[in-house]
Amino acid sequence: MAKRVGIEVSIAVAEAVRLADVDVVPAYPITPQTHIVEHLSEFVANGELDAEFIPVESEHAAMSCCCGSSAAGARTFTSSSSQGLSLMSEILYHPGPMRLPIVMVVANRALAAPISIWNDHQDIMVQRDIGWIQTFAENGQDAFDLTLHAFRVAEDRRVSLPMIVNIDGFTLSHVIEPIEILSKEEVGRFLPPFKPRFRLDTKKPISIGPVGVPEVYTEAKVAHNEALKASKRVIVQAWKEFANLFGRQYNPVETYRSEDAEVILVTMGSISETAMTAVDAMRDAGQKVGLVRIRLWRPFPGPEFKKAIGKAGVLAVIDRCLPPGAVCGPVGAELRSLFYKVPGAPKIFSFVAGLGGRDVTVDRFKEIVEKARTYAKRRPVENYEVIGVREQ
Amino acid sequence: MAILDAIVGWKTLPFGCHVLEPGNSARFRTGDWRSQRPSTDREKCIKCGMCWIFCPDMAYRQTPEGYFEADMEYCKGCGICANECPKDAITMSPEEE
Repeated sequence: MAKRVGIEVSIAVAEAVRLADVDVVPAYPITPQTHIVEHLSEFVANGELDAEFIPVESEHAAMSCCCGSSAAGARTFTSSSSQGLSLMSEILYHPGPMRLPIVMVVANRALAAPISIWNDHQDIMVQRDIGWIQTFAENGQDAFDLTLHAFRVAEDRRVSLPMIVNIDGFTLSHVIEPIEILSKEEVGRFLPPFKPRFRLDTKKPISIGPVGVPEVYTEAKVAHNEALKASKRVIVQAWKEFANLFGRQYNPVETYRSEDAEVILVTMGSISETAMTAVDAMRDAGQKVGLVRIRLWRPFPGPEFKKAIGKAGVLAVIDRCLPPGAVCGPVGAELRSLFYKVPGAPKIFSFVAGLGGRDVTVDRFKEIVEKARTYAKRRPVENYEVIGVREQ
Repeated sequence: MAILDAIVGWKTLPFGCHVLEPGNSARFRTGDWRSQRPSTDREKCIKCGMCWIFCPDMAYRQTPEGYFEADMEYCKGCGICANECPKDAITMSPEEE
């Protein structure tokens, strides 16, 4: 039976990967992802996990190795962060259209300059369009569960796409939380063995990743995009099955006290936990404020999001990414385009907060809601605002 | 021609754009890129096969008499054969002639 233990979230993620019985882990350590791959290398060294741990010379090599091992039919896992994820970037575009179900946990961290090891979402927003399925964890239990879920979804033959589980660096990766760790037998009931649709095999030779001449490139991209969009059904189905087996339900878009809300905060990742506390405080003060957390970032769950916000007239979207020179933060822009010319659409205000590890406190959420309320009365919806920035 | 074979809709494109049929590169006739073509002077040729060995596209074939000839459906006109020929038997000439 599952037991609840006090455990560092990174170790819990490594446990999930061990329970998934991966075959290959090519990895390069980068803060704050380090503990995940360190523990995996220990598992392999101690004989607790029968896998190849490949200590590569860079993240570029890590992802290249992942592509090779996944194409060979091996269950493949890696983990990265920030500058390392950027160094992987060139290879990150390959496994999506090639339909290689690699699973990666990204411990989100700011990008230089200035050098920052602390948490925000700028690293993953750079990789928004790599064509992987992407989910965001709010707490340690989410990180553990979503990692197992990622293997199940990515390797489903109807999906066969790479998948990223985003966990906030330090805020999640380095904290100790009570987490329910499933047993090997329980995981076995949820996660079947990996049976790829195609794999590199000398007896049945195929080529994976050939040149796409102009006559096929567009069609190959469309086929990948359609597969990514269609994966949502399998993602949701796997979450339902997870809930039936283990009692924890996950959804593409989660809500907290959002029914009848006038102003809705929109968040992703671990700040959602603080946001819930802030919503409680504002509700206690008689304000009709709710929260919507986006768990599934790619493919974007548009219909589910529209349903989740109900009749709220104002959305205060919090991005943990400052897009220099842009009109709006990435999540804010996604939502503005989702609601473009939709009758009765809410007013969407985009805020940037919590960059490079700066805390987003309950008071900050209150400030954001206050600003959104004021702007809704007298200001056109445009641009974005950085919260908590010192002017002098 | 392989490029024409590949003109299909996204639904019928092979999964992951994989190439499922081994050895089909023989159908890529690449000779239309050529701007120079090799010709062998059989008076000078000693049938050593250096052109055949060095041709990066394996365009050379041996004739029943033992000479080597480039197949113009695959020859890209790179001139490596002419460069490597120990007897200077191969000359490259512009394709338009």
